Amino acid sequence: MSGALIEIKDLNKKYALSSSFFSSQKRIIHAVKDIDLQIFKGETLGMVGESGCGKSTLARLITRLEEPSSGRINFKGEDVFLYDKQELKSYRRNVQIIFQDTYSSLNPRKSALNTIKEPLLIHRLNGKKEREEKALEIMAKVGLKKEQANRYSHEFSGGQRQRIGIARALVLNPELIIADEPVSSLDVSIQAQILNLLKDLKKDYNLTYLFISHDLNVIRYVSDRIAVMYLGKIVELAQNNDIYNRPLHPYTRMLLAAVPSCDPRKKKEIINIKGEARAENKEGCPFQNRCSYRVEICEKVEPNLEKYDEHSFCACHMAGSI
Amino acid sequence: MSLLLEIKDLKTAFDTAQGRINAVDGVSLKVNAGETMGIVGESGCGKTMLALSLMRLVPANGKVVNGEIFFSGKDLLKLSEEEMRAMRGSEISMVFQEPMTSLNPVFRVGEQIAEAIRLHQHLPAKQAMELSVEYLREVGIPDPQKRAMDYPHNFSGGMRQRVMIAMAMSCHPRLMLADEPTTALDVTIQAQILDLISGLKEKNNMAVVLITHDLGVIAQAAEKVAVMYAGKIVESSSVEKIFENPLHPYTQGLLESVPARCLKYLERGEYLKTIPGSVPGLYDFVQGCRFHDRCSYAMEDCARREPKLSEIEPGHFVSCWKTENGAFGKRALQTRCG
Ligand SMILES: Nc1ncnc2c1ncn2[C@@H]1O[C@H](COP(=O)(O)OP(=O)(O)OP(=O)(O)O)[C@@H](O)[C@H]1O
Ligand SMILES: Nc1ncnc2c1ncn2[C@@H]1O[C@H](COP(=O)(O)OP(=O)(O)OP(=O)(O)O)[C@@H](O)[C@H]1O
Ligand SMILES: [Mg+2]
Ligand SMILES: [Mg+2]
Repeated sequence: MSGALIEIKDLNKKYALSSSFFSSQKRIIHAVKDIDLQIFKGETLGMVGESGCGKSTLARLITRLEEPSSGRINFKGEDVFLYDKQELKSYRRNVQIIFQDTYSSLNPRKSALNTIKEPLLIHRLNGKKEREEKALEIMAKVGLKKEQANRYSHEFSGGQRQRIGIARALVLNPELIIADEPVSSLDVSIQAQILNLLKDLKKDYNLTYLFISHDLNVIRYVSDRIAVMYLGKIVELAQNNDIYNRPLHPYTRMLLAAVPSCDPRKKKEIINIKGEARAENKEGCPFQNRCSYRVEICEKVEPNLEKYDEHSFCACHMAGSI
Repeated sequence: MSLLLEIKDLKTAFDTAQGRINAVDGVSLKVNAGETMGIVGESGCGKTMLALSLMRLVPANGKVVNGEIFFSGKDLLKLSEEEMRAMRGSEISMVFQEPMTSLNPVFRVGEQIAEAIRLHQHLPAKQAMELSVEYLREVGIPDPQKRAMDYPHNFSGGMRQRVMIAMAMSCHPRLMLADEPTTALDVTIQAQILDLISGLKEKNNMAVVLITHDLGVIAQAAEKVAVMYAGKIVESSSVEKIFENPLHPYTQGLLESVPARCLKYLERGEYLKTIPGSVPGLYDFVQGCRFHDRCSYAMEDCARREPKLSEIEPGHFVSCWKTENGAFGKRALQTRCG
């Protein structure tokens, strides 16, 4: 690791939505809240968190598909929101995203091959023949067949489409790949194949990944560091092993406890997830209503992400004493 | 236990410029009321098309070309379009793999669930809307009253998935087809959803066909498992047997690729185990066993003749020449992994 490739400062994203059928009054969804985060060159930063906690929004902000409400993102020391047209184009080439929703992110009227070739075309790279060869080569790497090259994206199964999305992101040899649930609709064998491929690519091209997934086994396998999000905030950030061996935040513990076991004779007591997810804008710690370690201060003061030891950060009043 | 669903020799195919694709190629399956049948298999092996065939919602360029699908005694394939429409959503409901294919982008989330409730339970609009908010709460959407006002694009991937689950549950179906229902959900919400589904099983004696690649979910939520490969079922049994004594080489390979199973034994930096090769193209078929070119136990016969699904021990079906000849007994998977 050498220096931050991406540095995120005080990043916020709020969405305004109408609050009822009849009023024009707005309701605010605070999807990303005061995020400070660095992604170092050559690392894989794993990201987990509750469904709806802001992971995809953060991914879209980093790739500049959306504008933040406030805050900064620097790429190699430069503010990405101040880029001119040319700089933005080169940024978009260097930072690729694998989308969570392949159904709406792929054009149904394009064949698999053209979809994968398209980024090369947009960036005017290589000659016609080389583009074709390069695209076919990547297709093979993600486990798609040559015979499938001319099929339209809606003629593929869910997992096949996901692999088209992965191939499309890889074809430009980017420096940073933001992978939003890249293997979640793949069977374990192909999942393993793709994870091994991502690992090889990282070695060969010194790639950096932000790897979003709800699968804690996958996250454990790929990540150097792991960030845990809850309701728009990062609540824990630590080295891979520390997260699994010594989870600091109660939410991290709850996540680890809920991983389904592969042993059908050990049916888990479904852990009782107390309380419903919290509504916005209440006082105190956002996790308090589900937390079994709650003390008085949790109801009043929202904890910040603070340094726990050299490599670990946690946003919990009780960090270290539970 | 009473038989609710019986599929006999189902075949579903697509005609494409490159030739015919046999997406589902002779599947037979029985599901009892109150039971969860897990379906696993490699990406592209026909799981979604099997479910869509049951719903009679196969994409326009494909069709069911053979077989019968008995649902409480009635052959679904013989129903009129109208009868089938009445069946969908009330007797049989489906959670689709791609939420955006079944959610309407221009209607508010709450309205869409309410509409489904209104249609099938014949409730007045206001009551249906209240119920809709209740279902959103049950699937763990925070602030459901307000979020019911949002459009699908205002929701995250996992939230959309939960909207579909809410919609599928709201009609108290007797059979739920759930296609990767929890892929976009974190493990705590996943546990909550699986709990809800098992509640419905108990309450309404609902049967579930659960398609998922997550073997942990299968282990936790299914009673029986069918393993599909290239359009066919290659092994089926109780969930315990599949995990403890998998007989088909594909099933064994699948279980060995699970990161959870192997992680303990994997130094970081090592590679996950995979099954070499990939699923054949499903075009008009090659001879022999479909798995033979990837199988490390393949014999000469395997390339020539296709094995049939046969009962190796009570309730345990496998299609593999090795097992059939008895040459391929128990192999202790556990010693190598997990
Ligand atoms: N375009 C939008 N308009 C309004 N609200 C939005 C929009 N996109 C996202 N949100 C809201 O922002 C929050 C975070 O959404 P996001 O998609 O980032 O979650 P996520 O962590 O990726 O969840 P999942 O794991 O379910 O994909 C959610 O409450 C969501 O409803
Ligand atoms: N509309 C279509 N036209 C042609 N072929 C199709 C079409 N839809 C699916 N197929 C093909 O049929 C086969 C089975 O697809 P299906 O969607 O059932 O796979 P699946 O088992 O659900 O895979 P996944 O786990 O990736 O979702 C695939 O090889 C796919 O490419
Ligand atoms: Mg997301
Ligand atoms: Mg599918």
